[in-house]
Amino acid sequence: MDTALPNPIRPAFGPSTEDGAVVVSIGPSHPATHGTIQVIAALDGEKVQRVDVHCGYLHRGFEKECEAHTWHNLIPYVDRLNYCSGLINNFAYCEAVEKLMGVEMTPRCRYLRTLLSEYSRVADHLTCIAASLMELGAMTPFLYLVMIRDYIYEHLAALTGARVTYTYGRIGGLARDLPEGWLARLGEILGQYEMFIARVHGLMDRNRIFIDRTRNIGALTAADAVHWGFTGPILRSTGAPRDLRKDTPYLAYAELDFDVPVGINGDNYDRYYVRMREMDESVYMIRQLMDMLPPGPINVDDRRCTFPDKTLVYSEIESLINHFKLVTDGPKVPAGEVYLAHEAPNGELGFYLVSTGGGTPYKVHVRSPSFVHMGGLPRLLEGYQLADIIPTFGSVNMIGGECDR
Amino acid sequence: MNSPLPEILPECLAVPSGELLDTVGHLKWESGFDLLLDVTAVDWPGQVPRFEVVYHFYSTSTFRRVRVKVRVEEADPAVDSLVALFGCAHFMERECHDMYGIVFRGNPDLRPILLYEGFVGHPLRKDYPIRAEQPLVRYRK
Repeated sequence: MDTALPNPIRPAFGPSTEDGAVVVSIGPSHPATHGTIQVIAALDGEKVQRVDVHCGYLHRGFEKECEAHTWHNLIPYVDRLNYCSGLINNFAYCEAVEKLMGVEMTPRCRYLRTLLSEYSRVADHLTCIAASLMELGAMTPFLYLVMIRDYIYEHLAALTGARVTYTYGRIGGLARDLPEGWLARLGEILGQYEMFIARVHGLMDRNRIFIDRTRNIGALTAADAVHWGFTGPILRSTGAPRDLRKDTPYLAYAELDFDVPVGINGDNYDRYYVRMREMDESVYMIRQLMDMLPPGPINVDDRRCTFPDKTLVYSEIESLINHFKLVTDGPKVPAGEVYLAHEAPNGELGFYLVSTGGGTPYKVHVRSPSFVHMGGLPRLLEGYQLADIIPTFGSVNMIGGECDR
Repeated sequence: MNSPLPEILPECLAVPSGELLDTVGHLKWESGFDLLLDVTAVDWPGQVPRFEVVYHFYSTSTFRRVRVKVRVEEADPAVDSLVALFGCAHFMERECHDMYGIVFRGNPDLRPILLYEGFVGHPLRKDYPIRAEQPLVRYRK
C-alpha cells in the first residue's frame, strides 16, 4: 500500500501556533461552498480569528496552454474562465486581440456584444444570488432565480449552440447572427424575469432571517476595498460608484442610459442588493439595445482574421488557402502588447496579451477578479462567526475557473 | 532599457529595479494610481536581463491606467515587494513567484498558491516543457 499522500498545501499556521484556538479546515470540497477552495480558520469559540485561504485546486495551466495554440484556438479556453458568463470572457479576449491587430468591429457586432454582455451579466448575477440564498436555506428564491437563468441558458443555446461554454466571439466579429425570432423571445424572458425578481424582492429584502445573517456581516470600507484590489459589485457595495462601463466606456456603453447602483455598508446585504439592482439596469440596457441594433454585417471584412465564406472556400483557390492558413498558422497578430479590461460580473476582467508577430501568442495573462478577491477574503471573514463564512463567501461569488486558471 | 515591442495601451514606464518602490509610491500618493490591478512577468530567454516584471495600475479618480515594467536578472530574479503599499500585491506576487520564480523581497509569504507544495520548477518560464507532468498522486499501473 502507498504511504500517506503528501499534503498539497502548507497552512500558514497550525494548532500549535495559535494560542488555545481551534484550527478547522473547511473545504476544498465542502457541501456548503460552491467552488473548490480551502479555508483554514483559527476559531475562538465560534469566532473566526485568523484565516488562510488556499486556491489552485482547479489550476489547469491555462496560460501555459495558450502559448501553444493559435489566437483563434484560445476562444474556447477563455469560455472556461468564468463559466457563468462565458460570453463576456469571449468578447474581452476578442477585443484585446482586435486592438493588437488594429481591427475595428462592425456597428452591429458592437451593439450585439453589448447586448449579450448584459444578458450574461444577468445570468451570472442570478447564479450568484441564487446559490448564496440557497446556502442560507432559501429554497424558493433559488428555484425562481435558477428558473430564469435556465430560460436564459436555453435562449443563448438557441443562438450559440451551447448552454454554458458558448465560444461565440470571433476575432473581428461573432460566430453567427441572431436566429429568427430571437429578439421576440428575449422580450418574453425579460418580462418573466421582472415577474420573478419581484417575488424574490418580496421574499428576501425585509426577511428577518436573511437580514440577521447578512446585515453588517463581512463589512468593508471603500478605502479598504481599493487597497485589497476589490472591483465590481464588491467595490460598489461599499459606496464607490466605480464601473468601467461608466468610467471608461467601451463597446456601446457610452450611448446607453444606465445608473451605477451602490451600497452603503459594503456588507453581505449590500452585495446582494447591488447585484439585484445591477440586473435591473442590465435589463434596462438590453431593452434599449434591442431598439438600437443596426442592420449590417457582424464580421469585419479583413482576411487577416475573418474566415472566408464557406461556399468560396469550396469554389476558389485563394479562399481555400486563406482558410487553410488561418486554421494552421493562426491569424498574424502584429508584435505588441495590450492590456484590455471589461467590466465582468465579478469585477475587472483584464487580458494582458503579448505578441511577437506570429499566429500564436507569446504570453497571455488574465487578470481575474476572483483570484484578487480571494487575496482580500480574510479581510471579510476575520472577526465574524464561523457560520458567516458561508454567506460571505457566497456574496463574493468566487468562480474557480477564473480564480485558478 | 527599451521594451522590444511597440506599446499600444496604456502608458508604460520602464523602471530600474532599485527605483520601483519610489516610483510606485509616487504613482500612488502623488498621481492617484490607487488600485494595483495586476502583477505578472514576461520571460525573454536569451535577453539580458531575462525577465520583465509587469505591473498594471488604475486610478479610481482619473480613470487612467499605467503599466510599470522592471527588468530582473536570471541569476538573481528579485524585485522589491509592493505589499506595504497595496494589500492585494500579496496574492498576485505569490502567483508570479509560482509561475516565474521571481522573488519579491519583503513579501513574507511566497508559498505556492496555484501550484502545490513540492512542485519543481516554474511552469510559465519558456524553458519549462509544456508536456511535463508532476503528478502528486502516482498514476495507477
